Amino acid sequence: MKTLGWIAINGFREAVRDKVMYSLVAFAVLLIVASYIVGELTAGQDVKITKDLGLSAIGIFGLFMAIFIGIGLVSKEVERRSIYSLLAKPIRRSDLVIGKYLGLVLTLVVNVAVMTAALYLVLAYLGTEESDLARQAREAPLLDPALLKAVGLMLVQLMVVTATALFFSTFSTPILSAVLTFLVYVAGFFSADLRNFDQVVDSRVVQALARGLYYMLPNLASFDVTAQVVHGLPITWRYMAVTTAYGLTYITILLVMSATIFSRRDFK
Amino acid sequence: MPLAIETIELTKDYAVGFWRKRPRRALDHLSLQVETGEVFGFLGPNGAGKTTTLKLLMQLVFPTSGEARILGRPPGDLGAKRRLGYLPENPYFYDYLTAEELLAYFAGLLGLPPADRRRRVSALLDQVGLGNERKLQLRKFSKGMLQRVGIAQALLNEPDLVILDEPMSGLDPLGRRDVRKLILELRDRGCTVFFSSHVLSDAEALCSRVAILAKGRLVASGRLSDMLAFGVRGWELVVANMSDTLVAKYRPRLSRAEPLGGGRFSLELPIETPPEQLLTELTADGGQLVSLNPLRETLENFFVEHVGQRP
Repeated sequence: MKTLGWIAINGFREAVRDKVMYSLVAFAVLLIVASYIVGELTAGQDVKITKDLGLSAIGIFGLFMAIFIGIGLVSKEVERRSIYSLLAKPIRRSDLVIGKYLGLVLTLVVNVAVMTAALYLVLAYLGTEESDLARQAREAPLLDPALLKAVGLMLVQLMVVTATALFFSTFSTPILSAVLTFLVYVAGFFSADLRNFDQVVDSRVVQALARGLYYMLPNLASFDVTAQVVHGLPITWRYMAVTTAYGLTYITILLVMSATIFSRRDFK
Repeated sequence: MPLAIETIELTKDYAVGFWRKRPRRALDHLSLQVETGEVFGFLGPNGAGKTTTLKLLMQLVFPTSGEARILGRPPGDLGAKRRLGYLPENPYFYDYLTAEELLAYFAGLLGLPPADRRRRVSALLDQVGLGNERKLQLRKFSKGMLQRVGIAQALLNEPDLVILDEPMSGLDPLGRRDVRKLILELRDRGCTVFFSSHVLSDAEALCSRVAILAKGRLVASGRLSDMLAFGVRGWELVVANMSDTLVAKYRPRLSRAEPLGGGRFSLELPIETPPEQLLTELTADGGQLVSLNPLRETLENFFVEHVGQRP
């Protein structure tokens, strides 16, 4: 466990000292603040718009981080040959894969927390100028704690994406890994459509293929509860728990596969 | 005496080619034994398979056939890794860390307690001459400085065995002297040192035994001095205060004479002509000796002669 901790902390330190990440977070915070301006343009819907845009910004910038840092987690170590002296230490290759993954999860948690704090600040500021009429018309509280539920599930979704990026990077090039991860991300939002493919297509082969893909790809849409939260619809704790457990299971499978592939690789 | 390193018929093929992969043999049935406490030189020209062997020992690559044992255990064994240090060729480390942070990170992975960690990191940075650069990020380090950091990280756990891949590479003469001194210090405290090099003089100065590798095969192993191919084959003198006429006088006894400019000449004597007699005469004629060196078979010549004709 100590070994994993050391590797994770070093991975976190790598991200924290990377200037690119700061510009990403700064840009995301800027976008959240800008959502206030967009909100102002819509009559009476400013809080909803700010929440919607704010949560989307957190998701998109989190996705950038998950993919672009995720694909480099292990491949950068191999490419730059820093892995040679690292693997000479008493660690297993699987420790390296899991430790690096945990380091990026820690990075994501910190960054998402910063962006969420920015969103709450913008909302609090909106509250100071809100009219009584608008306050009564709102479907959800201004500083709605349910926003944290949406952010929490988004974080699990980003963890799935990171594990996917890491998995691809254990056997392919960084660029191909980024493309494949992005494809999985997009397809992951349409996996419910794959389940219903047999209603629109007659070919049994295509049906079987669609069903296979449905079971293989992560159902990323299930982690997205932004619309419900924005409109004040309830998200049950049961839904939170089941979805999180689904995400964690998916992550575990990906990490085991990544560690297995990585443990057999030659570092020429 | 237990063996520090043993390889039995160790073989490695790499797949080359894009579409139709075909195997290329990097290491061919290498059987080698390194005894505990010795300084062992692993020599060979570039591309001989030295780095591949070292990577096999460190389990950075897996063998196609054969086996290796390191400190009596298979490569990759965590217990063995706790007792060994490894310097990769042209090492690269995380450039966002300082030298001190990198060593502290590795010391943590080695399981050193916090107090020992600080003491050991500090002492090693001083030992490799980077005491003043401990707070500097590694991105600002020169190649030679990175090599020194690499050596320091290999010694963090006070290892019983160190494996160094081209430890002199990238170092200036001062650095090379320091590394030589360090290797001898390690030997004196009972540590086994196994290092690869393509520079013969490093091996001559340090090794009790050497193995010579070419095209993936073991060409020779044993004491360097016992290998006849490395015997002296002549002498090279650099002499100042000479004139063309004076050189012409000695020319019949020389195998080569070359002007270096400014009255300096490089003269070569065959092995059957002792340099003492010639030196006495030259000095009497007003010549001044600048240097006298034995001419040895170079490692490269050795390879050309012994392995050049092999397929």
